Amino acid sequence: MEKLLEDFSLGLFVWQTVLFVGLLFLLKKYAWGPILSAVNEREAGIKDALNLAEKAKMEMENLQADNQKLLKEARAEREAMLKEARELKSSMIESAKTEAKEEANKLVANAQAAIETEKKAAIADLKSVVAELSISIAETVVREELSDKSKQEKLVESMLKDATLN
Amino acid sequence: MQRKLSLKASLLFIFLIPFMSMAGGDTPKTDKKSEIKAYIQHHLQDSYDFSLFSYTTEDGSHKYVGAPLPVILWDNGLVVFASSKFHHGETVAEVDGNFYKLYHNKIYKTDALGTINYDDHQHPTNLKPLDLSITKGVVMILITALLMFFLFRGLARSYAQNKGIATGTGRFFEPIVLYIRDDIAIPNIGQKKHMRYMPFLLTVFFFVWFLNIFGLTPLGVNVTGNIAVTTALAIMTFLITNFTGTKDYWKHIFDPLGDSMPWYGKVPLYIILIPIEVLGVFIKPFSLLIRLYANMQAGHIVLMSLIGLMFIFKSWLGSPLSFGLAFAISLIEILVALLQAYIFTMLSALYFGFASEEHDHHDEAHAH
Repeated sequence: MEKLLEDFSLGLFVWQTVLFVGLLFLLKKYAWGPILSAVNEREAGIKDALNLAEKAKMEMENLQADNQKLLKEARAEREAMLKEARELKSSMIESAKTEAKEEANKLVANAQAAIETEKKAAIADLKSVVAELSISIAETVVREELSDKSKQEKLVESMLKDATLN
Repeated sequence: MQRKLSLKASLLFIFLIPFMSMAGGDTPKTDKKSEIKAYIQHHLQDSYDFSLFSYTTEDGSHKYVGAPLPVILWDNGLVVFASSKFHHGETVAEVDGNFYKLYHNKIYKTDALGTINYDDHQHPTNLKPLDLSITKGVVMILITALLMFFLFRGLARSYAQNKGIATGTGRFFEPIVLYIRDDIAIPNIGQKKHMRYMPFLLTVFFFVWFLNIFGLTPLGVNVTGNIAVTTALAIMTFLITNFTGTKDYWKHIFDPLGDSMPWYGKVPLYIILIPIEVLGVFIKPFSLLIRLYANMQAGHIVLMSLIGLMFIFKSWLGSPLSFGLAFAISLIEILVALLQAYIFTMLSALYFGFASEEHDHHDEAHAH
Protein backbone atom coordinates (compact mmCIF):
# COMPACT_ATOMS: atom_id res chain seq x y z
CA MET A 1 0.00 0.00 0.00
CA GLU A 2 2.82 2.34 0.92
CA LYS A 3 4.56 1.49 -2.34
CA LEU A 4 1.33 2.08 -4.22
CA LEU A 5 1.02 5.54 -2.72
CA GLU A 6 4.65 6.25 -3.46
CA ASP A 7 4.19 5.15 -7.06
CA PHE A 8 1.17 7.40 -7.43
CA SER A 9 2.18 10.13 -9.82
CA LEU A 10 0.16 13.28 -9.32
CA GLY A 11 1.33 14.68 -12.65
CA LEU A 12 0.05 11.69 -14.56
CA PHE A 13 -3.21 11.83 -12.63
CA VAL A 14 -3.72 15.48 -13.52
CA TRP A 15 -2.85 14.94 -17.17
CA GLN A 16 -5.06 11.87 -17.40
CA THR A 17 -8.01 13.74 -15.89
CA VAL A 18 -7.56 16.80 -18.10
CA LEU A 19 -7.00 14.83 -21.30
CA PHE A 20 -9.79 12.36 -20.61
CA VAL A 21 -12.35 15.04 -19.82
CA GLY A 22 -11.25 16.94 -22.92
CA LEU A 23 -11.53 13.81 -25.01
CA LEU A 24 -14.91 13.02 -23.52
CA PHE A 25 -16.37 16.38 -24.48
CA LEU A 26 -14.75 16.45 -27.91
CA LEU A 27 -15.97 12.97 -28.72
CA LYS A 28 -19.41 13.73 -27.33
CA LYS A 29 -19.72 16.70 -29.65
CA TYR A 30 -18.01 15.38 -32.77
CA ALA A 31 -18.37 11.63 -32.58
CA TRP A 32 -20.78 9.98 -30.15
CA GLY A 33 -23.58 12.46 -30.66
CA PRO A 34 -23.60 12.24 -34.46
CA ILE A 35 -22.93 8.48 -34.41
CA LEU A 36 -25.74 7.66 -32.01
CA SER A 37 -28.21 9.99 -33.68
CA ALA A 38 -27.31 8.57 -37.10
CA VAL A 39 -27.72 5.05 -35.83
CA ASN A 40 -31.02 5.91 -34.16
CA GLU A 41 -32.23 7.61 -37.31
CA ARG A 42 -31.26 4.59 -39.35
CA GLU A 43 -33.01 2.25 -36.95
CA ALA A 44 -36.13 4.39 -37.02
CA GLY A 45 -35.92 4.40 -40.81
CA ILE A 46 -35.70 0.62 -40.90
CA LYS A 47 -38.62 0.33 -38.52
CA ASP A 48 -40.71 2.70 -40.63
CA ALA A 49 -39.81 0.87 -43.79
CA LEU A 50 -40.80 -2.44 -42.24
CA ASN A 51 -44.11 -1.01 -41.04
CA LEU A 52 -44.73 0.47 -44.45
CA ALA A 53 -44.00 -2.83 -46.13
CA GLU A 54 -46.36 -4.58 -43.75
CA LYS A 55 -49.04 -2.02 -44.51
CA ALA A 56 -48.50 -2.33 -48.24
CA LYS A 57 -48.76 -6.09 -47.94
CA MET A 58 -52.05 -5.76 -46.07
CA GLU A 59 -53.39 -3.35 -48.66
CA MET A 60 -52.33 -5.68 -51.42
CA GLU A 61 -54.12 -8.51 -49.69
CA ASN A 62 -57.24 -6.41 -49.34
CA LEU A 63 -57.02 -5.43 -52.96
CA GLN A 64 -56.65 -9.00 -53.99
CA ALA A 65 -59.62 -10.02 -51.91
CA ASP A 66 -61.63 -7.24 -53.53
CA ASN A 67 -60.57 -8.37 -56.95
CA GLN A 68 -61.52 -11.91 -56.13
CA LYS A 69 -64.90 -10.72 -54.96
CA LEU A 70 -65.45 -8.65 -58.09
CA LEU A 71 -64.41 -11.54 -60.27
CA LYS A 72 -66.76 -13.86 -58.46
CA GLU A 73 -69.59 -11.40 -58.83
CA ALA A 74 -68.89 -10.93 -62.51
CA ARG A 75 -68.77 -14.64 -63.03
CA ALA A 76 -72.09 -15.10 -61.24
CA GLU A 77 -73.61 -12.32 -63.29
CA ARG A 78 -72.41 -13.86 -66.50
CA GLU A 79 -73.72 -17.20 -65.40
CA ALA A 80 -77.13 -15.67 -64.65
CA MET A 81 -77.19 -13.87 -67.97
CA LEU A 82 -76.32 -16.99 -69.85
CA LYS A 83 -78.97 -18.90 -68.00
CA GLU A 84 -81.52 -16.25 -68.77
CA ALA A 85 -80.56 -16.23 -72.43
CA ARG A 86 -80.72 -19.98 -72.57
CA GLU A 87 -84.16 -19.92 -71.00
CA LEU A 88 -85.28 -17.19 -73.35
CA LYS A 89 -84.03 -19.18 -76.31
CA SER A 90 -85.76 -22.34 -75.29
CA SER A 91 -88.98 -20.53 -74.54
CA MET A 92 -88.80 -18.72 -77.89
CA ILE A 93 -88.21 -21.97 -79.70
CA GLU A 94 -91.02 -23.54 -77.77
CA SER A 95 -93.46 -20.79 -78.57
CA ALA A 96 -92.37 -20.70 -82.20
CA LYS A 97 -92.85 -24.41 -82.39
CA THR A 98 -96.37 -24.32 -80.97
CA GLU A 99 -97.25 -21.34 -83.13
CA ALA A 100 -95.97 -23.13 -86.23
CA LYS A 101 -97.84 -26.23 -85.27
CA GLU A 102 -101.01 -24.28 -84.78
CA GLU A 103 -100.51 -22.53 -88.07
CA ALA A 104 -99.88 -25.80 -89.83
CA ASN A 105 -102.88 -27.35 -88.25
CA LYS A 106 -104.93 -24.42 -89.33
CA LEU A 107 -103.55 -24.64 -92.86
CA VAL A 108 -104.22 -28.33 -93.00
CA ALA A 109 -107.72 -27.78 -91.70
CA ASN A 110 -108.31 -25.04 -94.26
CA ALA A 111 -106.94 -27.20 -97.02
CA GLN A 112 -109.07 -30.05 -95.96
CA ALA A 113 -112.11 -27.81 -95.91
CA ALA A 114 -111.21 -26.49 -99.35
CA ILE A 115 -110.65 -29.98 -100.67
CA GLU A 116 -114.00 -30.98 -99.22
CA THR A 117 -115.80 -28.13 -100.91
CA GLU A 118 -113.89 -28.71 -104.15
CA LYS A 119 -114.75 -32.38 -103.96
CA LYS A 120 -118.39 -31.59 -103.31
CA ALA A 121 -118.39 -29.15 -106.22
CA ALA A 122 -116.68 -31.67 -108.47
CA ILE A 123 -119.13 -34.37 -107.45
CA ALA A 124 -122.00 -32.00 -108.13
CA ASP A 125 -120.49 -31.10 -111.47
CA LEU A 126 -119.92 -34.71 -112.28
CA LYS A 127 -123.50 -35.50 -111.27
CA SER A 128 -124.87 -32.85 -113.56
CA VAL A 129 -122.57 -33.99 -116.41
CA VAL A 130 -123.61 -37.63 -115.86
CA ALA A 131 -127.19 -36.57 -115.72
CA GLU A 132 -126.86 -34.61 -118.93
CA LEU A 133 -124.96 -37.47 -120.54
CA SER A 134 -127.48 -39.98 -119.43
CA ILE A 135 -130.26 -37.79 -120.65
CA SER A 136 -128.54 -37.36 -124.00
CA ILE A 137 -127.91 -41.09 -124.20
CA ALA A 138 -131.32 -41.72 -123.17
CA GLU A 139 -132.52 -39.30 -125.83
CA THR A 140 -130.40 -40.98 -128.46
CA VAL A 141 -131.49 -44.41 -127.32
CA VAL A 142 -135.04 -43.40 -127.02
CA ARG A 143 -134.92 -41.91 -130.44
CA GLU A 144 -133.44 -45.04 -131.92
CA GLU A 145 -135.56 -47.42 -129.99
CA LEU A 146 -138.66 -45.72 -130.73
CA SER A 147 -138.31 -46.68 -134.24
CA ASP A 148 -138.59 -50.33 -133.45
CA LYS A 149 -140.77 -51.55 -130.73
CA SER A 150 -138.96 -54.70 -129.85
CA LYS A 151 -135.71 -53.01 -129.92
CA GLN A 152 -137.06 -50.38 -127.61
CA GLU A 153 -137.97 -52.94 -125.14
CA LYS A 154 -134.67 -54.73 -125.39
CA LEU A 155 -132.78 -51.53 -124.83
CA VAL A 156 -134.73 -50.59 -121.84
CA GLU A 157 -134.17 -53.94 -120.44
CA SER A 158 -130.39 -53.88 -120.93
CA MET A 159 -130.16 -50.37 -119.64
CA LEU A 160 -131.95 -51.30 -116.59
CA LYS A 161 -129.67 -54.19 -116.15
CA ASP A 162 -126.65 -51.99 -116.38
CA ALA A 163 -128.17 -49.48 -114.08
CA THR A 164 -128.63 -51.98 -111.33
CA LEU A 165 -125.10 -53.19 -111.83
CA ASN A 166 -123.83 -49.75 -111.64
CA MET B 1 -3.22 -26.41 -41.46
CA GLN B 2 -1.14 -28.61 -39.19
CA ARG B 3 1.85 -28.36 -41.54
CA LYS B 4 1.50 -24.64 -41.81
CA LEU B 5 1.50 -24.33 -38.03
CA SER B 6 4.60 -26.43 -37.57
CA LEU B 7 6.35 -24.40 -40.25
CA LYS B 8 5.50 -21.23 -38.40
CA ALA B 9 6.74 -22.71 -35.15
CA SER B 10 10.08 -23.67 -36.66
CA LEU B 11 10.43 -20.19 -38.13
CA LEU B 12 9.88 -18.76 -34.68
CA PHE B 13 12.62 -20.97 -33.27
CA ILE B 14 15.03 -19.73 -35.90
CA PHE B 15 14.07 -16.21 -34.89
CA LEU B 16 14.82 -17.09 -31.31
CA ILE B 17 18.41 -18.27 -31.86
CA PRO B 18 20.08 -14.82 -31.66
CA PHE B 19 18.27 -14.15 -28.39
CA MET B 20 19.50 -17.39 -26.92
CA SER B 21 23.07 -16.64 -27.92
CA MET B 22 22.66 -13.22 -26.38
CA ALA B 23 21.48 -14.87 -23.20
CA GLY B 24 24.66 -16.91 -23.08
CA GLY B 25 26.82 -13.90 -22.32
CA ASP B 26 29.61 -13.99 -19.78
CA THR B 27 27.74 -12.03 -17.08
CA PRO B 28 27.07 -14.04 -13.92
CA LYS B 29 23.65 -15.63 -13.53
CA THR B 30 22.59 -13.72 -10.41
CA ASP B 31 23.41 -10.46 -12.12
CA LYS B 32 21.14 -11.36 -15.00
CA LYS B 33 18.28 -12.15 -12.63
CA SER B 34 18.48 -8.87 -10.76
CA GLU B 35 18.97 -7.04 -14.01
CA ILE B 36 15.74 -8.54 -15.39
CA LYS B 37 13.94 -7.73 -12.14
CA ALA B 38 15.09 -4.13 -12.31
CA TYR B 39 14.16 -3.97 -15.96
CA ILE B 40 10.62 -5.17 -15.25
CA GLN B 41 10.32 -2.69 -12.37
CA HIS B 42 11.51 0.05 -14.65
CA HIS B 43 9.11 -0.94 -17.39
CA LEU B 44 6.09 -0.96 -15.10
CA GLN B 45 6.71 2.63 -14.10
CA ASP B 46 6.11 5.73 -16.09
CA SER B 47 9.18 7.27 -17.64
CA TYR B 48 10.38 10.79 -18.39
CA ASP B 49 11.57 9.92 -21.88
CA PHE B 50 10.15 7.82 -24.68
CA SER B 51 12.87 5.21 -25.01
CA LEU B 52 12.24 2.31 -27.35
CA PHE B 53 15.15 0.16 -26.21
CA SER B 54 18.59 0.44 -24.66
CA TYR B 55 21.81 -1.48 -25.09
CA THR B 56 25.26 -1.55 -23.58
CA THR B 57 28.19 -0.54 -25.74
CA GLU B 58 31.55 -2.29 -25.65
CA ASP B 59 33.04 0.29 -23.31
CA GLY B 60 30.24 -0.46 -20.80
CA SER B 61 28.10 2.65 -21.14
CA HIS B 62 24.31 2.45 -21.69
CA LYS B 63 22.92 3.74 -24.95
CA TYR B 64 19.24 4.61 -25.21
CA VAL B 65 17.26 4.81 -28.42
CA GLY B 66 14.22 7.06 -28.23
CA ALA B 67 13.13 10.63 -27.80
CA PRO B 68 13.37 12.93 -24.77
CA LEU B 69 10.11 14.42 -23.46
CA PRO B 70 9.47 17.80 -21.82
CA VAL B 71 9.76 17.97 -18.04
CA ILE B 72 7.37 20.53 -16.55
CA LEU B 73 7.85 21.47 -12.88
CA TRP B 74 6.29 24.08 -10.64
CA ASP B 75 9.05 25.31 -8.37
CA ASN B 76 8.25 28.93 -7.46
CA GLY B 77 7.48 29.42 -11.14
CA LEU B 78 7.19 27.26 -14.18
CA VAL B 79 10.28 25.21 -15.02
CA VAL B 80 10.39 23.47 -18.39
CA PHE B 81 13.29 21.50 -19.82
CA ALA B 82 13.92 18.42 -21.92
CA SER B 83 14.29 15.14 -20.08
CA SER B 84 17.54 14.51 -21.94
CA LYS B 85 19.15 16.79 -19.33
CA PHE B 86 18.88 13.99 -16.77
CA HIS B 87 20.78 11.57 -18.98
CA HIS B 88 18.53 8.81 -17.66
CA GLY B 89 19.23 9.70 -14.07
CA GLU B 90 22.98 9.73 -14.48
CA THR B 91 23.44 13.49 -14.23
CA VAL B 92 21.91 16.45 -12.42
CA ALA B 93 19.82 18.82 -14.53
CA GLU B 94 20.55 22.49 -14.02
CA VAL B 95 17.86 25.01 -14.89
CA ASP B 96 18.22 28.70 -13.99
CA GLY B 97 20.47 27.96 -11.04
CA ASN B 98 18.24 25.21 -9.63
CA PHE B 99 19.36 21.60 -9.65
CA TYR B 100 17.07 18.63 -10.15
CA LYS B 101 17.91 14.96 -9.93
CA LEU B 102 16.03 11.91 -11.10
CA TYR B 103 16.10 9.39 -8.29
CA HIS B 104 13.99 6.20 -8.35
CA ASN B 105 11.95 7.67 -11.18
CA LYS B 106 11.07 10.78 -9.20
CA ILE B 107 12.40 14.29 -9.53
CA TYR B 108 14.02 15.84 -6.44
CA LYS B 109 15.50 19.26 -5.96
CA THR B 110 19.15 18.91 -5.03
CA ASP B 111 22.36 20.83 -4.81
CA ALA B 112 24.80 21.05 -7.68
CA LEU B 113 26.29 17.65 -6.84
CA GLY B 114 22.94 15.90 -6.72
CA THR B 115 23.15 14.87 -3.06
CA ILE B 116 20.13 12.98 -1.79
CA ASN B 117 19.52 13.12 1.97
CA TYR B 118 17.71 10.24 3.62
CA ASP B 119 15.59 9.96 6.72
CA ASP B 120 15.61 6.96 9.10
CA HIS B 121 13.50 4.82 6.72
CA GLN B 122 15.81 5.38 3.76
CA HIS B 123 13.33 7.84 2.22
CA PRO B 124 14.77 10.91 0.54
CA THR B 125 14.05 14.13 2.43
CA ASN B 126 14.83 16.39 -0.53
CA LEU B 127 12.15 18.78 -1.81
CA LYS B 128 9.87 17.37 -4.50
CA PRO B 129 8.61 20.10 -6.85
CA LEU B 130 5.10 19.75 -8.31
CA ASP B 131 5.66 17.57 -11.35
CA LEU B 132 3.44 18.02 -14.40
CA SER B 133 5.84 16.53 -16.92
CA ILE B 134 4.73 15.10 -20.24
CA THR B 135 5.83 11.55 -19.48
CA LYS B 136 5.69 8.49 -21.68
CA GLY B 137 2.26 7.71 -20.24
CA VAL B 138 0.95 11.18 -21.01
CA VAL B 139 2.26 10.86 -24.56
CA MET B 140 0.44 7.56 -24.97
CA ILE B 141 -2.75 9.06 -23.55
CA LEU B 142 -2.43 11.90 -26.04
CA ILE B 143 -1.81 9.51 -28.92
CA THR B 144 -4.80 7.38 -27.89
CA ALA B 145 -7.00 10.45 -27.53
CA LEU B 146 -6.01 11.68 -30.99
CA LEU B 147 -6.50 8.23 -32.49
CA MET B 148 -9.94 7.92 -30.93
CA PHE B 149 -10.93 11.42 -31.97
CA PHE B 150 -10.04 10.91 -35.62
CA LEU B 151 -11.34 7.35 -35.71
CA PHE B 152 -14.76 8.13 -34.32
CA ARG B 153 -15.13 11.49 -35.98
CA GLY B 154 -14.44 9.60 -39.20
CA LEU B 155 -17.15 7.12 -38.30
CA ALA B 156 -19.57 9.96 -37.51
CA ARG B 157 -18.79 11.62 -40.83
CA SER B 158 -19.14 8.44 -42.83
CA TYR B 159 -22.81 8.29 -41.87
CA ALA B 160 -23.51 11.62 -43.46
CA GLN B 161 -21.54 10.76 -46.57
CA ASN B 162 -22.95 7.29 -47.09
CA LYS B 163 -26.65 7.70 -46.30
CA GLY B 164 -26.49 6.38 -42.75
CA ILE B 165 -24.21 3.40 -43.35
CA ALA B 166 -20.71 3.27 -41.89
CA THR B 167 -17.71 2.86 -44.18
CA GLY B 168 -14.11 1.72 -43.71
CA THR B 169 -12.88 1.09 -40.17
CA GLY B 170 -16.25 2.32 -38.92
CA ARG B 171 -17.68 -0.98 -40.11
CA PHE B 172 -15.59 -2.65 -37.42
CA PHE B 173 -16.27 -0.16 -34.64
CA GLU B 174 -19.96 0.47 -35.23
CA PRO B 175 -21.07 -2.96 -33.95
CA ILE B 176 -18.99 -2.39 -30.80
CA VAL B 177 -20.64 1.00 -30.25
CA LEU B 178 -24.02 -0.66 -30.72
CA TYR B 179 -23.04 -3.50 -28.39
CA ILE B 180 -22.20 -1.01 -25.65
CA ARG B 181 -25.53 0.68 -26.19
CA ASP B 182 -27.71 -2.42 -26.50
CA ASP B 183 -25.99 -4.84 -24.13
CA ILE B 184 -24.27 -2.64 -21.55
CA ALA B 185 -26.07 0.70 -21.28
CA ILE B 186 -29.72 -0.14 -21.95
CA PRO B 187 -29.98 -3.30 -19.77
CA ASN B 188 -28.25 -1.61 -16.82
CA ILE B 189 -29.48 1.97 -17.01
CA GLY B 190 -32.72 1.63 -18.93
CA GLN B 191 -34.06 2.88 -22.22
CA LYS B 192 -35.13 6.23 -20.79
CA LYS B 193 -31.87 7.48 -19.29
CA HIS B 194 -29.08 5.61 -21.06
CA MET B 195 -28.35 8.36 -23.60
CA ARG B 196 -27.06 10.57 -20.79
CA TYR B 197 -24.30 8.13 -19.91
CA MET B 198 -23.46 6.81 -23.38
CA PRO B 199 -20.65 9.32 -24.16
CA PHE B 200 -18.78 8.41 -20.97
CA LEU B 201 -19.29 4.66 -21.38
CA LEU B 202 -18.15 4.69 -25.01
CA THR B 203 -15.17 6.91 -24.29
CA VAL B 204 -14.02 4.91 -21.29
CA PHE B 205 -14.44 1.58 -23.09
CA PHE B 206 -12.40 2.50 -26.15
CA PHE B 207 -9.88 4.48 -24.10
CA VAL B 208 -9.14 1.57 -21.79
CA TRP B 209 -9.23 -0.99 -24.57
CA PHE B 210 -6.86 0.93 -26.84
CA LEU B 211 -4.43 1.69 -24.03
CA ASN B 212 -4.51 -1.96 -22.93
CA ILE B 213 -3.68 -3.01 -26.48
CA PHE B 214 -0.92 -0.39 -26.71
CA GLY B 215 0.50 -1.90 -23.55
CA LEU B 216 1.00 -5.17 -25.41
CA THR B 217 2.93 -3.60 -28.26
CA PRO B 218 6.73 -3.41 -28.16
CA LEU B 219 6.37 0.29 -27.32
CA GLY B 220 6.19 -1.06 -23.78
CA VAL B 221 3.83 1.46 -22.29
CA ASN B 222 1.97 0.53 -19.17
CA VAL B 223 -0.66 3.26 -18.94
CA THR B 224 -3.74 1.35 -17.78
CA GLY B 225 -1.46 -0.53 -15.39
CA ASN B 226 -0.64 2.74 -13.70
CA ILE B 227 -2.61 3.46 -10.57
CA ALA B 228 -2.79 7.21 -11.22
CA VAL B 229 -4.58 6.60 -14.52
CA THR B 230 -7.04 4.04 -13.18
CA THR B 231 -7.71 6.30 -10.18
CA ALA B 232 -8.56 9.18 -12.50
CA LEU B 233 -10.94 6.96 -14.45
CA ALA B 234 -12.59 5.56 -11.34
CA ILE B 235 -13.02 9.05 -9.86
CA MET B 236 -14.81 10.01 -13.06
CA THR B 237 -17.22 7.11 -12.60
CA PHE B 238 -17.63 8.03 -8.92
CA LEU B 239 -18.41 11.67 -9.70
CA ILE B 240 -20.86 10.87 -12.47
CA THR B 241 -22.60 8.25 -10.32
CA ASN B 242 -23.10 10.60 -7.40
CA PHE B 243 -23.86 13.77 -9.33
CA THR B 244 -26.55 12.06 -11.35
CA GLY B 245 -27.94 10.20 -8.32
CA THR B 246 -31.70 10.46 -7.95
CA LYS B 247 -33.66 10.94 -4.76
CA ASP B 248 -34.17 7.18 -4.63
CA TYR B 249 -30.44 6.54 -4.85
CA TRP B 250 -29.70 8.74 -1.85
CA LYS B 251 -32.68 7.38 0.00
CA HIS B 252 -31.34 3.89 -0.59
CA ILE B 253 -28.09 4.92 1.09
CA PHE B 254 -29.40 6.95 4.03
CA ASP B 255 -32.77 5.30 4.56
CA PRO B 256 -32.46 1.78 3.17
CA LEU B 257 -35.35 0.35 5.18
CA GLY B 258 -37.80 3.02 4.14
CA ASP B 259 -41.27 2.88 5.65
CA SER B 260 -41.07 -0.78 6.55
CA MET B 261 -40.10 0.08 10.15
CA PRO B 262 -40.90 2.84 12.68
CA TRP B 263 -38.12 5.39 13.29
CA TYR B 264 -37.19 4.10 16.79
CA GLY B 265 -36.60 0.66 15.27
CA LYS B 266 -34.46 2.04 12.51
CA VAL B 267 -32.10 4.12 14.67
CA PRO B 268 -30.05 1.27 16.16
CA LEU B 269 -29.90 -0.52 12.81
CA TYR B 270 -28.86 2.59 10.96
CA ILE B 271 -25.86 3.09 13.24
CA ILE B 272 -24.43 0.08 11.41
CA LEU B 273 -26.27 0.20 8.09
CA ILE B 274 -25.59 3.78 7.02
CA PRO B 275 -21.79 3.59 7.42
CA ILE B 276 -21.82 0.36 5.40
CA GLU B 277 -23.87 1.95 2.63
CA VAL B 278 -21.69 5.06 2.62
CA LEU B 279 -18.58 2.89 2.52
CA GLY B 280 -20.12 1.02 -0.42
CA VAL B 281 -20.36 4.24 -2.38
CA PHE B 282 -16.58 4.57 -2.18
CA ILE B 283 -15.73 0.89 -2.44
CA LYS B 284 -17.48 0.51 -5.79
CA PRO B 285 -15.20 2.89 -7.73
CA PHE B 286 -12.22 1.77 -5.64
CA SER B 287 -12.75 -1.80 -6.81
CA LEU B 288 -12.83 -0.48 -10.38
CA LEU B 289 -9.48 1.23 -10.08
CA ILE B 290 -7.80 -1.67 -8.30
CA ARG B 291 -9.21 -4.28 -10.71
CA LEU B 292 -7.99 -2.55 -13.84
CA TYR B 293 -4.64 -1.59 -12.33
CA ALA B 294 -3.93 -5.02 -10.89
CA ASN B 295 -4.97 -6.92 -14.00
CA MET B 296 -2.87 -4.89 -16.37
CA GLN B 297 0.08 -4.68 -13.99
CA ALA B 298 -0.02 -8.44 -13.39
CA GLY B 299 -0.27 -9.17 -17.09
CA HIS B 300 2.81 -7.09 -17.80
CA ILE B 301 4.76 -8.67 -14.94
CA VAL B 302 3.92 -12.23 -16.04
CA LEU B 303 4.67 -11.54 -19.67
CA MET B 304 7.96 -9.80 -18.98
CA SER B 305 9.02 -12.44 -16.46
CA LEU B 306 8.41 -15.17 -19.01
CA ILE B 307 10.38 -13.27 -21.63
CA GLY B 308 13.11 -12.73 -19.01
CA LEU B 309 13.13 -16.49 -18.32
CA MET B 310 14.33 -17.05 -21.87
CA PHE B 311 17.56 -15.29 -20.99
CA ILE B 312 17.96 -17.10 -17.70
CA PHE B 313 17.40 -20.60 -19.09
CA LYS B 314 20.31 -21.01 -21.37
CA SER B 315 19.16 -24.41 -22.60
CA TRP B 316 17.53 -25.56 -25.79
CA LEU B 317 14.64 -26.88 -23.77
CA GLY B 318 13.90 -24.08 -21.33
CA SER B 319 14.09 -21.09 -23.62
CA PRO B 320 11.67 -22.36 -26.28
CA LEU B 321 9.38 -23.48 -23.49
CA SER B 322 9.30 -20.06 -21.89
CA PHE B 323 8.91 -18.53 -25.32
CA GLY B 324 5.89 -20.72 -25.94
CA LEU B 325 4.48 -19.72 -22.58
CA ALA B 326 5.10 -16.04 -23.24
CA PHE B 327 3.38 -16.41 -26.59
CA ALA B 328 0.37 -18.10 -25.02
CA ILE B 329 0.19 -15.45 -22.29
CA SER B 330 0.36 -12.73 -24.95
CA LEU B 331 -2.70 -14.22 -26.61
CA ILE B 332 -4.49 -14.34 -23.28
CA GLU B 333 -3.43 -10.75 -22.59
CA ILE B 334 -5.09 -9.64 -25.83
CA LEU B 335 -8.29 -11.16 -24.49
CA VAL B 336 -7.72 -9.60 -21.06
CA ALA B 337 -7.22 -6.20 -22.69
CA LEU B 338 -10.72 -6.39 -24.12
CA LEU B 339 -12.19 -8.06 -21.07
CA GLN B 340 -10.93 -5.44 -18.62
CA ALA B 341 -12.24 -2.62 -20.80
CA TYR B 342 -15.57 -4.43 -20.93
CA ILE B 343 -15.67 -4.98 -17.17
CA PHE B 344 -14.81 -1.38 -16.39
CA THR B 345 -17.55 -0.16 -18.73
CA MET B 346 -20.06 -2.75 -17.59
CA LEU B 347 -19.57 -1.98 -13.89
CA SER B 348 -19.67 1.77 -14.51
CA ALA B 349 -22.97 1.27 -16.33
CA LEU B 350 -24.21 -0.82 -13.42
CA TYR B 351 -23.35 1.92 -10.92
CA PHE B 352 -24.97 4.53 -13.15
CA GLY B 353 -28.00 2.27 -13.25
CA PHE B 354 -28.17 2.27 -9.44
CA ALA B 355 -27.81 6.04 -9.37
CA SER B 356 -30.45 6.82 -11.97
CA GLU B 357 -32.97 4.25 -10.78
CA GLU B 358 -36.39 5.51 -9.86
CA HIS B 359 -38.66 3.11 -8.05
CA ASP B 360 -42.34 3.03 -8.35
CA HIS B 361 -42.85 3.11 -4.61
CA HIS B 362 -46.31 1.68 -4.48
CA ASP B 363 -45.38 -1.49 -6.31
CA GLU B 364 -41.72 -2.03 -5.68
CA ALA B 365 -41.10 -0.75 -2.18
CA HIS B 366 -41.35 -4.20 -0.67
CA ALA B 367 -39.42 -5.95 -3.38
CA HIS B 368 -36.17 -4.49 -2.05
